[in-house]
Amino acid sequence: MSTGHQRLKGPGFVTPALIWTFAFFVVPFLVMGTMSLATLEGRTLVWGLSLANYAELTEKAYLWRAIMVSLEITLTVTVVSVILAYPLAWIIAYRIPPRWQRLALLLAILPFWTSYVVRSYAWLLVLAREGVVNQTLISMGLISEPITLANTRFATVTGFVHFFVMLLTLTIYANLVQLSPNYRRAAMDLGASAFQTFRHVVLPLTLPGIVTGAFLTFVLCIGDYVTPQILGGNTELTVPQVIMVQLGRRADFPLASALAIVLMAIVTLVYILSARWLRLDRL
Amino acid sequence: MTRLLPWLYLAAAFLFIYLPVAALVLFSFQDGGLPVPPFEGPSLRWYADILSDDDVMAALTNSLMVAVASAAVACVLGFLAAYGLARHVLPGSALIRGLLIAPLTVSYLIVGLGLLIVIQRTGLGLSLFTAGIGHVVINLPLCFAIIYASMGAQQQNAERAARDLGADEFRVITLVTLPMLAPALAAAFFLSVTLSWDEFIISFLLTRFDVTLPVEIWSMLRSGLSPRLNAIGSLVFLISVTAVLVLEIFVFRKRRP
Repeated sequence: MSTGHQRLKGPGFVTPALIWTFAFFVVPFLVMGTMSLATLEGRTLVWGLSLANYAELTEKAYLWRAIMVSLEITLTVTVVSVILAYPLAWIIAYRIPPRWQRLALLLAILPFWTSYVVRSYAWLLVLAREGVVNQTLISMGLISEPITLANTRFATVTGFVHFFVMLLTLTIYANLVQLSPNYRRAAMDLGASAFQTFRHVVLPLTLPGIVTGAFLTFVLCIGDYVTPQILGGNTELTVPQVIMVQLGRRADFPLASALAIVLMAIVTLVYILSARWLRLDRL
Repeated sequence: MTRLLPWLYLAAAFLFIYLPVAALVLFSFQDGGLPVPPFEGPSLRWYADILSDDDVMAALTNSLMVAVASAAVACVLGFLAAYGLARHVLPGSALIRGLLIAPLTVSYLIVGLGLLIVIQRTGLGLSLFTAGIGHVVINLPLCFAIIYASMGAQQQNAERAARDLGADEFRVITLVTLPMLAPALAAAFFLSVTLSWDEFIISFLLTRFDVTLPVEIWSMLRSGLSPRLNAIGSLVFLISVTAVLVLEIFVFRKRRP
């Protein structure tokens, strides 16, 4: 009696969230998929099962270029962020006394909690022609003329790396503190140098944390519109920027949808490639 | 030297992390018209300027409303789903969990684009309400995951005891489950508020006349660098940081033994 009662109630609790996810996530996604197979004739939308939008991606140079630019920027950002974040997470986990670690970590990732828009604007301040970096370098006598830093790929990458170093420090730190110090002690006792201990013991054990953080970085970076739009200038466009151009000026929803599907396909591919080491449930 | 190296690295890292924040906040107190060196001031004129700007204040109120309302809806839905899945045997529960978490793996732009297409097809107008729907979509997975993860055996025993003593389901939830889950619920709520407060692209795509603060900032950005933007940006940052610190102090501190 009581178990039958409970079986009736379980679905009742889950239903509202399921309906929400279905109506406002699954259905829009399916509509978007269908939209990517439609075409635009003049300004009217023609539904159908056409692969014309996907064919356009390889035919039109600027679309293909955008995919390449997105991949280049995202891979650069992911690699640089991991390389910069690992030592930071290491220092917080192993050099800072345990009672101060939580505070150090909180401080190290505090600017993480800012809007993309505000954070990118702040970097514009730093990198602008009359900005902090140029003025400092000039007053130090290192350069005589301001150098162009804003509105370049360098600026986009810097803005992204700033954000993802904080994210990765968090995921890698979480991995490092879970590691028993005995592993390192054992390796050292057996005569391994500090570098050997790192290379053969700590690094393999923290690989899941690195891959999970790197995957998150990849997903968030390749889908972001704000950072390249504010910091990158308009010399080269990323996929999200091209999507927004299609939506705005041309109202070409089919092509925008196809580009969104391509973004998702890339992310899925990366997910499959890294699935072996991914621990999304342990975040 | 090698002993100093970690501390030098730490200092360099903190310089990198705080350089843009410092520039943002410092030049919000700039007395002149450009937020670049040399620093003149301090002056509060730009704060006075934005606090008396009706568009900015309206956007700030909109942002707070959308953030609180969407976080509340996401928490309620997330809690109910977590309770249903953790306490009852359901067919296909792994699939349901996967479906509820799925929006996390899709970028905000794509979530916003899909909703935009559907809303335009159905002829519903774009408004703060539609932006709020989008924010629930992205926050529901987080709320569900956080609450589901903290529904342990300890709570289950307390719930069973309450049931044995004659409490009905409603009383079990309100008198036992919810109080015991308070830290997880607060964490989910404040995290959702912060993410919604900072979110730009979904709000940008799904609002029209009334906009949220990040969208308002975006349209002001077209006129270039300005200490006004520094002042608004500092304010936005201050509010996000406050939410995070409240979370840290009142939720996570208590959990430690």
